[in-house]
Amino acid sequence: MSYDEVRHFADSWGLIVMVAMFLIFVAWPFRKGARRHHDEAANMIFKDDEHG
Amino acid sequence: MDAADGAAERGFAMMDDLVFKAAGWLGLALLALVFAALAVDTPFAVHMVIIAAACMIALWAGVSRADYAGMARGLLRMPQDQGVYDDDPVRWGVIATVFWGVAGLAVGLYIALQLAFPALNLGIEYTSFGRLRPLHTSAVVFAFGGNALIATSFYVVQRTCRARLAFPTAARFVFWGYQLFLVLAATGYVMGVTEAREYAEPEWYVDLWLTIVWVVYFVVFVGTIVKRREPHIYVANWFYLSFIVTIAMLHIVNNLSIPATIFGSKSYSAFAGVQDALTQWWYGHNAVAFFLTVPFLAMMYYFVPKQAERPIYSYRLSILHFWSLIFLYIWAGPHHLHYTALPDWAQTLGMVFSVILWMPSWGGMINGLMTLNGAWDKIRTDPIIRMMVVALAFYGMATFEGPMLSVKAFNSLSHYTEWTIAHVHAGALGWNGMITFAAVYYLVPRLWGRPRLYSLRMVNWHFWLATLGIVFYAASMWVAGIMQGLMWREYGADGYLVYSFAESVAAMHPMYLIRAAGGAMYLAGFLLLVFNVWATLAGKVREEKPMTETPYNAAADRPLASVPAE
Repeated sequence: MSYDEVRHFADSWGLIVMVAMFLIFVAWPFRKGARRHHDEAANMIFKDDEHG
Repeated sequence: MDAADGAAERGFAMMDDLVFKAAGWLGLALLALVFAALAVDTPFAVHMVIIAAACMIALWAGVSRADYAGMARGLLRMPQDQGVYDDDPVRWGVIATVFWGVAGLAVGLYIALQLAFPALNLGIEYTSFGRLRPLHTSAVVFAFGGNALIATSFYVVQRTCRARLAFPTAARFVFWGYQLFLVLAATGYVMGVTEAREYAEPEWYVDLWLTIVWVVYFVVFVGTIVKRREPHIYVANWFYLSFIVTIAMLHIVNNLSIPATIFGSKSYSAFAGVQDALTQWWYGHNAVAFFLTVPFLAMMYYFVPKQAERPIYSYRLSILHFWSLIFLYIWAGPHHLHYTALPDWAQTLGMVFSVILWMPSWGGMINGLMTLNGAWDKIRTDPIIRMMVVALAFYGMATFEGPMLSVKAFNSLSHYTEWTIAHVHAGALGWNGMITFAAVYYLVPRLWGRPRLYSLRMVNWHFWLATLGIVFYAASMWVAGIMQGLMWREYGADGYLVYSFAESVAAMHPMYLIRAAGGAMYLAGFLLLVFNVWATLAGKVREEKPMTETPYNAAADRPLASVPAE
């Protein structure tokens, strides 16, 4: 692959895939029913506190 | 086969194992000495002798059956491992953090004084500014910061996974191997060994060693996550893991080089010209991102909730914060190369991504600060919380200033001036330093099984000395930077530059003195930490007035006498 080909791939398909991945990753925690899961995750560090 | 035979066989097997290990270390030491003998330059020979000595120390520790770990525990008053979590490497890491912190800050103060009083270069090469400056940056970033990150990552990953470290021997190798890397890097700078790449000065053989250590670090960390007994991987571990993975990638690509000879300490970069410059700053800016920001945020996401005894304000926001930093930071490097031979579109790309970064950074800061929502009084009563809050405030300030300076119009004034130094130190002293101090104060009583720190009031003094030190430092360098930038660009009516370069240097002398005073205050605060940690290790507890009194007014604390209606 020449520099030009890499460059054109990067600012077309590469860009689309990256943006789509980013949007999926940040939307995922806001899906329905995720709140309870995240509350548990946030409080997990306080379980079983005697060992730090 | 009877039991005695079995025991004898096991004994021989252990003996064999020991002999092989000893022969291995001896072989490596001899190989290093052969390299030292064949060396084409003195620093390379010195480094090979240091490596041979390290091999002999490893040999000695392995062969003499003495329980060195036990002796060290006695000397440093470390409690016996209770079999819950593997904390010895964390304790070593905390002590190394404190040790390298003193070294790094002291050298920083010294070179600050060198800028004000050039005579302090002492006229010899080994103490010249050019050699001590990388010693300072590497000592504070990689030695102080790096040890704090390795120690806290081993602490946090065990607690949040509810699992002991996956490979205990490998974890110890990571600690000692990293110290050997630091010693080779530090001695190399003083002897003038450098690749001249910002924050990546060590030469090719030290880079190879760090790569080995770092891969083992990755294996220990991922191994511990794999054997976790919690279904969810806590967000702090995401931040730590991205730090380990990304630093490996950055380190390997940036240091691709060809040694002039394998018996010498000189190599040539695989890249040339503007590609080399962009590779360096792709690395350099992401060292700031993935060494000085992301893993320190991991510390924030664990230690701030733990110290405040409240869960993180929004777990969802922490995930948003994570992915935004991961996707955006990697593109920001070109803002270090504005108005250079780098193509214009690349400069603009770096600038735009830097400006976008402002938002997730502030999201993270707000997430940390709002964790205290409903418990703001802790800022008054708990000096450790206060340090965390100031750390987050400086994180916010530095991540606002950074995008601003990356805008080309600003950069044309600020670049190459002391404003950059002000920006770096607001981030490093305010954010990285303060959050690390808070983590050390959090960890020491817990790791050494003490009821509390030796003195909380001393933490308070440390807090004020450090905060005022930063204010003096940053304010003086802001003034110096803007003055310098304006003096350099001022034209007279005839089109001549009004000031010579030397005039701008002379004009900065008072600012350099104020900066050194700020640095001295910051170092003084750190020495209080050293004493406090040492006294806590020794098992002392200072009798002192608590940070807050419970107000009580006996006269007011009674029911109202009933008054008959009239």
